[in-house]
Amino acid sequence: MKSTSGGNAVTLFCMRNAVPIVFLLVSSIGIYYSQFTAEYLIQEMLTRLARNSFLVLSLLIPIMAGMGLNFGMVLGAMAGQIGLIFISDWNVSGLYGMTLAALIATPLAILFGWMCGVVLNKARGREMVTSYILGFFMNGVYQLAVLYGFGSLVPILNPELVLSRGYGIRNVTNLDNIRGSLDNAIELNIMGIHVPLATFLLIGVFCLFIVWFRRTKLGQDMRATGQDLSVAHSAGIPVMRTRIISIVISTVLAAYGQIIFLQNVGTLNTYNSHEQAGVFAIASLLVGGATVARASILNVFTGVLLFHLMFVVSPMAGKYLVGDAQIGEYFRVFVCYAIISLALVLHAWRRHADKERARAALRGEAGGAA
Amino acid sequence: MKRGPMGAEDPLLRVEGVGKAYFSNRVLKNVNFTLGRGRILGLVGENGAGKSTLMNILFGMRVIQETGGYEGKILIDGKEVHFRSPMDALNAGIGMVHQEFSLIPGFTVAENIVLNRETLVYNPLVEAFGDRLTTLDRASMTRRADEAISRLNIELDSSTPISELPVGYKQFTEIAREIDKKGTRLLVLDEPTAVLTESEADILLDSMRRLAAQGISIIFISHRLQEVMSVCDDIVILRDGEVVLQTTPAETSVRQIASAMVGRKIDRTEGPAEERRSSDKVAMQIEHLWVDMPGETVRNVNLTVFEGEILGIGGMAGQGKLGIANGIMGLHPAGGKVTFHGENVELNNPGSPLSLGISAVSEDRRGVGLLLEESIAWNIIFTSLQTQGRFLKSFGPLKIRDEEAIAECARKYIHDLEIKCTSEKQHVQELSGGNQQKVCLAKAFETRPRLLFVAEPTRGIDVGAKKVVLDTLKRYNREHGMTIVVISSELEELRSVCDRIAIIDKGSVAGILPASTPSEAFGYLLMGAGAAEAEKAANDNSNGTEAASA
Amino acid sequence: MNRIKKFIEEAGWPRILIAVFLVILFIVAPFVGVPVDAAFSDTLVRFGMNGVLVLAMVPMVQSGCGLNFGLPLGIIAGLLGAVTSVELEAKGIPGVFTAMAIATPIAVVLGWGYGLLLNKVKGEEMMIATYVGFSSVAFMCIMWLVLPYSSSNMVWGYAGVGLRTTVSVEEFWQRAISDIAAFNIGDAFYFPTGMFLFFLLLCGLMWVFMRTRTGTAMTTVGSNPDYARASGVNINRMRTLSVILSTWLGALGIIVYEQSFGFIQLYMGPFMMAFPAVAALLIGGASVKKASIINVIVGTFLFQGILTMTPSVINSMLQTDMSEVIRIIVSNGMILYALTRVTKVRS
Repeated sequence: MKSTSGGNAVTLFCMRNAVPIVFLLVSSIGIYYSQFTAEYLIQEMLTRLARNSFLVLSLLIPIMAGMGLNFGMVLGAMAGQIGLIFISDWNVSGLYGMTLAALIATPLAILFGWMCGVVLNKARGREMVTSYILGFFMNGVYQLAVLYGFGSLVPILNPELVLSRGYGIRNVTNLDNIRGSLDNAIELNIMGIHVPLATFLLIGVFCLFIVWFRRTKLGQDMRATGQDLSVAHSAGIPVMRTRIISIVISTVLAAYGQIIFLQNVGTLNTYNSHEQAGVFAIASLLVGGATVARASILNVFTGVLLFHLMFVVSPMAGKYLVGDAQIGEYFRVFVCYAIISLALVLHAWRRHADKERARAALRGEAGGAA
Repeated sequence: MKRGPMGAEDPLLRVEGVGKAYFSNRVLKNVNFTLGRGRILGLVGENGAGKSTLMNILFGMRVIQETGGYEGKILIDGKEVHFRSPMDALNAGIGMVHQEFSLIPGFTVAENIVLNRETLVYNPLVEAFGDRLTTLDRASMTRRADEAISRLNIELDSSTPISELPVGYKQFTEIAREIDKKGTRLLVLDEPTAVLTESEADILLDSMRRLAAQGISIIFISHRLQEVMSVCDDIVILRDGEVVLQTTPAETSVRQIASAMVGRKIDRTEGPAEERRSSDKVAMQIEHLWVDMPGETVRNVNLTVFEGEILGIGGMAGQGKLGIANGIMGLHPAGGKVTFHGENVELNNPGSPLSLGISAVSEDRRGVGLLLEESIAWNIIFTSLQTQGRFLKSFGPLKIRDEEAIAECARKYIHDLEIKCTSEKQHVQELSGGNQQKVCLAKAFETRPRLLFVAEPTRGIDVGAKKVVLDTLKRYNREHGMTIVVISSELEELRSVCDRIAIIDKGSVAGILPASTPSEAFGYLLMGAGAAEAEKAANDNSNGTEAASA
Repeated sequence: MNRIKKFIEEAGWPRILIAVFLVILFIVAPFVGVPVDAAFSDTLVRFGMNGVLVLAMVPMVQSGCGLNFGLPLGIIAGLLGAVTSVELEAKGIPGVFTAMAIATPIAVVLGWGYGLLLNKVKGEEMMIATYVGFSSVAFMCIMWLVLPYSSSNMVWGYAGVGLRTTVSVEEFWQRAISDIAAFNIGDAFYFPTGMFLFFLLLCGLMWVFMRTRTGTAMTTVGSNPDYARASGVNINRMRTLSVILSTWLGALGIIVYEQSFGFIQLYMGPFMMAFPAVAALLIGGASVKKASIINVIVGTFLFQGILTMTPSVINSMLQTDMSEVIRIIVSNGMILYALTRVTKVRS
């Protein structure tokens, strides 16, 4: 390795972080044109950080285990929502309600995660597309259960939750009983801006967990499995089991993340809330500069911040810039998908380049002989 | 310097009458040797001599159990052992470093050395979630790694990621890992110097001597004669599954080892039937060819193929003989100059050699040679259809496949080459190895080549098919005047069909000799002992040799 | 017994379950008061509507690019053609062919670029294809608002710019192809002969193409790229060609779909359209690596049959509409099954 001069270091930094930098630029232009006040934006960003970070953090562990972006996290979100439906029915409110929802969601999420892990072990090398389709498939199963099973097979006491036909949960479930219960658990206002301190504390604890987890034997095994499955296997690491565990952890955390997300939002779109959870979380993480193979906690927070900044400002910026808010809205949808495509393409591209380089290293003196 | 065992004590390893047959195919018989503590044993033999089978038995590999176990006894410290899995062997203190690295690229040297044997620290969460939530003690891991590295007496920073290390140091990391394992007393190194530069190899040999001095016994598998002679205390030479010579460097000579390894096995095959005068017309001229084929790097090959001859290319695995054909056929990045009947063969473009009338039968039959999920007929005609536009009939303005002609052609080859199948529509994956190989040959023949490369023509096929394949090659050479280049690890096979044989070592031609030259001359070339020695051996035994060096 | 076992193994239990399910639906239908002739006619119409879109999967599967989740790209080309032909007020059969003629160059260019991209990301085509499809749909959402179309049949009345989410083609070329030589039997049974002929024509062309030198090479590239390369085939060129073909068929497919349906669905309309096509192909017996025209025909019929029959039969039986849920489970379950079955991955 040659030492890099100062100018080179800057170039390298820019190249490594091209995605966040471009996002920052686009958002800055957006902020300027959107005419939002600083207070509004700061409040909005704090809220959204608290709301989304946990979901995004749940993606880190499968990336560590080399399973790519866990599109199957929507399974966890579904588990969380089932927990929330039950506590709404039983009318358990506040932090108790959230805890109970989490308790109900945990075994479900473990079950879903285990299933997902088993399926993904069968589809090695195409984990992402498989987990993605699995998400769709389980969405069907979820709908079958909630739309037809709840209120008929599963007793639901509260008639307000149930569709007028007598079974099936309504499209919108009100979560007033736990709305903001975590965000407002510790009151803190700075200059008129409300800070959801308790949520941040929880996220902080969780970050510590991830840092600690990386230092455990299990974390080390996951990294080994992620980098080279066959080598890890021959070293005696139970690779298949390790992969399943990583997905289970991710799914359980996604369930908690979805509960935190919905306590902030306050209403549950029974049949839609989980669908967007995966796409938005993944897009956020990638915007933060993560790749399919590497992601850090810093990527999570940068990503959530930048992605949601763009999300908030683009409709208004669109409106003032071209006179149509609709364009801004489509723009953010486009960015969301484009950023995921870009990250996937770059990843595949880089993998090919790495393979080429590894081969070139084996070439030895052959190349020079001619 | 004597580091031998002390008198009455049992030797560390004793192999007694070990034999092994894979069903009817005997690969090892009655192997006996002992290895004392702190001694280095060189295990020498051609490819297929039985070295790997012996090591598989010693290491408790599953493939041995699954094929009916082995005969004879293996004793460690005088007690008989039965390893059922590599884990058992590890527990008994046997460590093995394979030719392919088993390292995690993004991990540091230290992390790799202690992989899955990390130093762990207890914490209360273990009670709830199990042992895998113990935390790593990185300081201790580094200390252990440094200790293992220092026992090898090499310069290696344990915090460097593996991906940034040169190949040689990856090898050291592997060895350090075996040393770090508690109680490793016997270390098996399988061709460790194959991937090393000369200076790296010297360091490795040095490290091996140090380890031996510390009481670790080593089995050193190598085909490099000088290395074996310089580092080993004992030498065991295997040929066709038998120990043909057991000796020490002091008692033997390079020549004795070479001739023991290759042996005289003329009685087994009839040898070249006739002395043929090959034509002086050059068919193919290869100059300064390099090929970047993983595991079979060609560095600098100069070779002339004459029209109408059968040229053999031999050499140990990994020395680059397979890379030559693959490079010329455009399947791996290559450079240099290749001309065919005066016309330039464009490298890195598979279409170019095909259009000039050069075809190849790949050594990677299932990977490159065949369409496993398609019919025999399709396999045979595809290349001709693509490159020569044959087997097409007009369908309005379009040309579509002429299924009738295709089936006709396939049936002809099925009959000619005795391909055993239900019909030409059968999928190739359902055929046996020998019949698959015949399909590969048929494909190559159907392109009507003027020069044909055939790589490892008899690997993994049964005796009957072997004969058909070799006879067919001879027949096409004699009857159709097809120039053929046979590339094979089996010297005797080459000697039975070829006119001349070139031996490849370290990616270059070590020497070219007529097939009738006595085998020990080839032994010298195979073992990297140099062309001059080979020439001397050849001259001693016969007259009229044609030795050339690269 | 063994033969049955072998048959099940080869066909795969999900396919057999689906076929049996469909047969049961048809048997049960008259008993729960569902008119079989109407249901059958619906199935046929939807078969014709979707057939070409499913056929669009075949070239890419055959060349080893995997299931074309990027079908929306082709659909977009078709939509541009359709919208432009409406803008030009082209009517009847010439209208449809105008749409196809305009869509073709767009599809070729898009397919070419898409093919080049997929060549750079071998081994991960499917995931990337999905997101390329999504991104292009989202991008076109902006374009539909911005592109200078002005026909009063298509733009929002109040603003005068921006296309509507659905554009009716009733006055232009609704059922232009379907109605060629179409006939009715009784009140409820309608047979869209023209659409069938068109679909069969494309199937026939595909059949012929797969037997040409180029088509043979394409299949071989999918079967074993190393073998193909050793035989002098340019792998990347074959793959790109297959992607262009798939994209172009996607464009034609959506135009056939729209002329039968009567509406052009813009904006998020094409978003999820790849999934039913993929599912249909797999139900027909294709795998991630191999697909034939028989797979297309059988699969489209089975899948569309289920989609048509479930709502009516299940509704009559249970008084509830479970068709959407069943559609989701069946189609994604089928894709999932196919993805997990292929364990051999070449990189």
